[in-house]
Amino acid sequence: MTFKRTDGRKLDEIRPMTAKIGVVPNADGSAIFTFGKTVAIAAVYGPRMLHPQHMQDPKAAILRVNYDLLSFSVSDRKKPGPSRRSQEISKVTEWALSPALDLKDFPNTVIDVQIYILQADASTRVAGINAASMALAQAGIPMRDLICAVAIGKMDKDLVVDVNKDEEDFEEGEAASDIPIAKLANSDRITLLQLDGNIQPEIVSKAIALANKAFEKIYEVQKKALKEVISE
Amino acid sequence: MSSMHFSNLTYNSLLKMFSKDKRFDGRKLIEQRDFTIEYDVSNKAEGSARVRMGKTEVVVGVKLEVGAPYPDSRDKGNLMVSGDLLPLASPRFESGPPKFAAIELPRLIDRMVRESHVIDLKKLVIVENEKVWVVIIDVYPINDDGNLIGAASIATAAALLETHIPELDENGMIDHDKKATKKLPLETGVIPLSFTFYKLGDSLLVDPTREEEEACDGKIVWGISNYKGKEHMIHSAQKGLEATMSSEDIAKMMKELPKLFDDTLKKLKKFLK
Repeated sequence: MTFKRTDGRKLDEIRPMTAKIGVVPNADGSAIFTFGKTVAIAAVYGPRMLHPQHMQDPKAAILRVNYDLLSFSVSDRKKPGPSRRSQEISKVTEWALSPALDLKDFPNTVIDVQIYILQADASTRVAGINAASMALAQAGIPMRDLICAVAIGKMDKDLVVDVNKDEEDFEEGEAASDIPIAKLANSDRITLLQLDGNIQPEIVSKAIALANKAFEKIYEVQKKALKEVISE
Repeated sequence: MSSMHFSNLTYNSLLKMFSKDKRFDGRKLIEQRDFTIEYDVSNKAEGSARVRMGKTEVVVGVKLEVGAPYPDSRDKGNLMVSGDLLPLASPRFESGPPKFAAIELPRLIDRMVRESHVIDLKKLVIVENEKVWVVIIDVYPINDDGNLIGAASIATAAALLETHIPELDENGMIDHDKKATKKLPLETGVIPLSFTFYKLGDSLLVDPTREEEEACDGKIVWGISNYKGKEHMIHSAQKGLEATMSSEDIAKMMKELPKLFDDTLKKLKKFLK
């Protein structure tokens, strides 16, 4: 029997997406990206001088990402401040974004990317990456491409696109697997891959193929939002 | 940057050698070093093991404590994995608040163990809704010559298989003087292990030495088990570093991963008591 999604979506259907650029006037670039009820906001500051000086790279700017949940974004209040989880996500997000950037024109500087989740219904890190990618573009940082991100799930034996919280907690059969993936929009270059759950090695490539289809749709949403600010 | 920054000379020679499927120590790219397992690192631990893989050495100890269940899993015992990259093990490790690598290691072991369900946490309830066993796995490198997560996963599996549940006294406290005879409830035959594919240029390799690890610019860590004793099942993965991976890279890893698992499991079984 095929897995039935509680919100009635088809297995390969992404939740309604929205994207808005320029949501933090103080920032050099900023954006909000949503997957259904999951809302992520990202702001970019920089390139700016990096202190302390010994952390500077004379060859290129360094990218510094901070991801966290706002305390009221989840059912059980999240204690403010970094956790091991948020530190890990910050680091993998840094690795997910950096292959898109060309930072050699800005030696000794830092580009700070701040990502916060306002409302969480799973897939928060990938929503954050989509928002950050747009914010970096708005900030005018030289980019090879946009980064698109989505979480593929496996519910018992069925692959689904864009996992929500109900699905993340699914426990029947082979239970839930959560596979956040990100890539450069227009080339076969994966920049983020994480996995939690139970998945046969031969299914992993199928999950990636499914993500690739979703990326095309996410890319259109990101592009449209960016074009809106350019035409203003 | 520190004075230990990698030289371009080594980087370029590794790049050239890897493209010919060669390594400084004579291995092929997809070939692991042999390893040994010893037990009883500490008789105060409920289970412990030491793994030596080339010059890499990791110790893992399992402690059991009595604690309260988590609110969202009242019918289960608790699992915690921690550890640190001790300055003992490498000039590259520093004291102080944990850096990312020190956070990543226990988190990856945690996800591999937890998702494989090798520990039957439902059998670790002492008093329903009130008291449960807390299984704490601590991972420490003694000497880092690359692939700490791989060595740590073998040591974790070995230590768990040797872990006994302590006896409780009449007040419900752990009685360390009584001999523990009951084994930690594990899913029979299931062993989770972790393998990392590193990328340099277009080459993929496993079980790098420290030098190779530092030269590489991309990696994916995988946790895999013989789920329910039957089929290969991946439980955790994490891509790290800045180099990107192609679908082809992933397909290659998926082909090699089950073979690496079977090979390591066979070697590991020789050391089981």
